[in-house]
Amino acid sequence: MNEHAQKAAEFIRDESRTDWHDEALWFVRTKRDKASHGIPEWEELRELASQVKDNVLSNLDQYLEQFESRAVQNGVHVHWAADAEAHNRIVYSILEKHQVQRLVKSKSMLTEECHLNEYLIERGVEVVDTDLGERIIQLKEEPPSHIVMPAIHLKKEEVGELFHEKLHTKKGATDPKYLTEAARQHLRQKFLAAQAAITGVNFAIAETGGVVVCTNEGNADMGVHLAPVQIHCMGIEKILPRAEHLGIFTRLLARSATGQPITIYTSHYHRPRPDGEMHIVIVDNGRTAQLGREDFRNSLKCIRCGACMNTCPIYRRSGGHSYGSTVPGPIGSILTPGIDLKKYSGLPFASTLCGSCSDVCPVKINIHEQLYRWRQVITQEGHLPPAKRQSMKWAGRVLPSTSWYNFFGKLVSWAIRRFPRPFLYNRFNEWGKERELPQPPRQSFKEWHRQREA
Amino acid sequence: MPVKIGLFIPCYIDQFYPQVGIATLELLEKLGCRVEYPAGQTCCGQPMANTGCEQDATTTYQHFVQLFHAFDYVVAPSGSCVYHVRKHYDIIEQTEEVKRVRKNTLDLAEFLLDVLQVKRLEARFPHKVGLHQSCHGLRGLRLGSGSERILEPSSKLNTLLRMVAGIELVELTRADECCGFGGTFAINEPAISVKMGKDRIADHERQGVEVLTAGDMSCLMHLEGIIRRQRKTIQVKHIAEILNGASL
Repeated sequence: MNEHAQKAAEFIRDESRTDWHDEALWFVRTKRDKASHGIPEWEELRELASQVKDNVLSNLDQYLEQFESRAVQNGVHVHWAADAEAHNRIVYSILEKHQVQRLVKSKSMLTEECHLNEYLIERGVEVVDTDLGERIIQLKEEPPSHIVMPAIHLKKEEVGELFHEKLHTKKGATDPKYLTEAARQHLRQKFLAAQAAITGVNFAIAETGGVVVCTNEGNADMGVHLAPVQIHCMGIEKILPRAEHLGIFTRLLARSATGQPITIYTSHYHRPRPDGEMHIVIVDNGRTAQLGREDFRNSLKCIRCGACMNTCPIYRRSGGHSYGSTVPGPIGSILTPGIDLKKYSGLPFASTLCGSCSDVCPVKINIHEQLYRWRQVITQEGHLPPAKRQSMKWAGRVLPSTSWYNFFGKLVSWAIRRFPRPFLYNRFNEWGKERELPQPPRQSFKEWHRQREA
Repeated sequence: MPVKIGLFIPCYIDQFYPQVGIATLELLEKLGCRVEYPAGQTCCGQPMANTGCEQDATTTYQHFVQLFHAFDYVVAPSGSCVYHVRKHYDIIEQTEEVKRVRKNTLDLAEFLLDVLQVKRLEARFPHKVGLHQSCHGLRGLRLGSGSERILEPSSKLNTLLRMVAGIELVELTRADECCGFGGTFAINEPAISVKMGKDRIADHERQGVEVLTAGDMSCLMHLEGIIRRQRKTIQVKHIAEILNGASL
């Protein structure tokens, strides 16, 4: 059994918690449905967004250079990082130059991917995640389980317990308002003390050299406006050609993510403030390799809304941590194999290929088709477990042959009818652990038909 | 020249659910079709391909094409197998025969509505029925709009069931969530697979459904396996059986 299957089985063991998790995310999916139903041209918007991203991916080099030159004209320092290590080094060197000891961050999946927090903490920098969900899991020392709602796997009782321990709130407190207020007061101190602020980037506009950050808590602004040094970390795929394209994406993003018409804050950063410094770190970290894979390149269209997670019946019932990757869920299962195929070879199989992910995706990534494609690559590269590989080779010989097919069909039906139960239902029968096998009839359709013709 | 129709009965229906094949054949004949059933048929090759071994499936694809290329239409009571033929037979050489088979292989519901343009059926099923929208038919073949896309709601299976006298179709809380079968997924990830199945059944039960139907027997095989293990009273029937006038 692969790692996802094992972790999923562990998650499901607590069935009522699984139901709670499933319902919580389904609620978000339902909100998304309601919000997008308010936009009659929704499907056209998706198509438009998809085409803009196609254009971006086909001309990425030019747009990136255009973006860089505009940003530099605006007085921004632009850095290029080939991989996670380079990204972390660059960020640290900026902090070192300014002797930063206290840093606040707003949400960024890229810095999660690069494990920036650990890198900086090892070097003596205090790193505080300021998004509420992020702060919760940071205090709990866990990775995010969702890219938009990082602490969605935790119940308010657990947050209350955690805050009691770390922020000294009242024991047993579960009122979200009370707990949020406590986090707010705690974070205020951190914002005021920060010497630098890091944000992720939702969109980077080639035409203007500006970056756009969408938050619901205003924490990106709070960090950037208070600290003298601002750093924005972005993957190379975040580019949009022109400012006029932004509206397409902001309309899609919040509706797809949480069912809101727009995020509470859509912050545009173009230049440093008079006495401050602004840096943008542009990161590759495997993205050009993915761009070079024809079948998988359009996974880079992703705007990180998380809608595919909310709709995925497997994600909802196994939780984000079961994937073992920075980006979990369907989109993670097509992005992550590109980083380490062997390690993540179970992920493309954590799907029934139901296709719901592709249909909610606001930029029309054919996620389920790419899951199918990755499965083929995994076999070609020799990462399918040997028993599975053998059984499929065997099936590949039996099924094209009428006589072998007829013979094995009869054999299986006969065995199910005649074998005593312990022979059929044992630890080798994964199907039969919680399900009955079909009851084979005396006559197959083929046999019935032969008799009818005679 | 009369239209030649080839009937494809997927492997697991042939072996485990012959009544679904029989209902499909009888229904088509009642509607005036001349149907041939090539006896050499086996499987569409999907089990290997979905496991990542599509190269092991190519001989099976060739076998399918060889048996079915001479028909004007190939009709199967399975959105999933039909989707596989149409979508994934792209890895073998695209001869005229292959192209023809990929174009002309249709799910039963598509054939009834789009080709035969059926407007009414001689069937009566006075029961509370819940329709499970099998994913490959719904999102692969687009047999309906699906709850994700913002379109005028439609469903071919629903349209057909509405032609059955006395039927009471229920509204589900989750209109088209996957049942968790997913081919080899059912045995690779048994815990989630079963949980998804249980949740689907519960949705139907909450609406008081007597008979759970679908366009794909594979979903129903999985759900029936759970229903029988848990000794539930809800029954499963393939849509072809209901459209052909089955009774309980």
